[in-house]
Amino acid sequence: MTGARSLATVVAAIALTVLQGCAHGPQPLYSWGAFPKYQYDALRGEGDSPADQIAGMEKQSQKAASENLPLPPGFRAHLGKLYYDAGDGNRAAALWAEEKAAFPESAPYMDSLLKRMGTPGKTGDKA
Amino acid sequence: MIAPRVALLAALAMAFLAGCANQRPGAYDYGAFQKAHPATLLVLPPLNESPDVKGTPGVWSNATRPLAEAGYYVLPVTLVDATFKQNGITEAADAQAVAWQKLHEVFGADAAVYIKVKRYGTSYQVVASDTRVEASARVVDLRTGDLLWEGSAVASSAENNSGGGGGIAGLLVRAIVDQIVKSATDASFTYAAIADARMLGAPRYNGILPGPRSPQAGQVPAAP
Repeated sequence: MTGARSLATVVAAIALTVLQGCAHGPQPLYSWGAFPKYQYDALRGEGDSPADQIAGMEKQSQKAASENLPLPPGFRAHLGKLYYDAGDGNRAAALWAEEKAAFPESAPYMDSLLKRMGTPGKTGDKA
Repeated sequence: MIAPRVALLAALAMAFLAGCANQRPGAYDYGAFQKAHPATLLVLPPLNESPDVKGTPGVWSNATRPLAEAGYYVLPVTLVDATFKQNGITEAADAQAVAWQKLHEVFGADAAVYIKVKRYGTSYQVVASDTRVEASARVVDLRTGDLLWEGSAVASSAENNSGGGGGIAGLLVRAIVDQIVKSATDASFTYAAIADARMLGAPRYNGILPGPRSPQAGQVPAAP
């Protein structure tokens, strides 16, 4: 009886320490998921296919929203590129505009991408 | 006659102590960095000095996270890659050789991050295989050309390998199995993430200063 009780005390003490550790640890600014891995795959042209990357990133985007954590810099821009390369210029333009809204300091580069792309919906050269 | 001499000595001692207090030996001089306070970073394709072709994409793709968590906007590397290729630049060395004025004009970033990959990948050694990523980085202001910061880091699988029994034959087998497992799961990518975090993360003593989106923006990290 006493043994079970002291065990419970120890468990509670450990749980408390762990929780305190969590509370005081630095919180990430963004929800990353597999974004670095997708960038790696895209740069090499290997690994997950663009279609799988789009699916994975859309899922991550929903997860981030449910966790109330912002998406990291470049996430929407990279997803936009995947859509652009897949022929969906409208979705690409919308995502690059979202990137600009989330990170106003990205405006010069996002504007140059939108300008270079020309008419939304037009497909042709890869972004 | 003695009093002024004592006063002089005291003044010298004070100056010396004050100097020690805010100028620790080896502390990074953040003068240029603090004056520039960059908000947007362009990470250029890393120069790969290792024989492993994955050195450039491995270190490049893992650089965004530590820099963004440090409080900076990091230009999307896959789009930066596409922009360079559209301009006929396919090699990291050529991208890093572009004049800073031109980089600023094309990408609109405040500063550029120049990375050099010294070692990348898994090497077979007699008793154990070692997956190691070693890199160095420079941050250059794209509005003035000034060097704002430089640093380096290493990450290695040998860090957590504290020996192990089984005799030399057992060790050899383990080394080979290790290498196969590590190559198959692309361990280098994991160690590239660790090396990038150590090199570019903030706040870290003598590391990059936390950027404007960090709760510690502009604060000089304390000595450990």
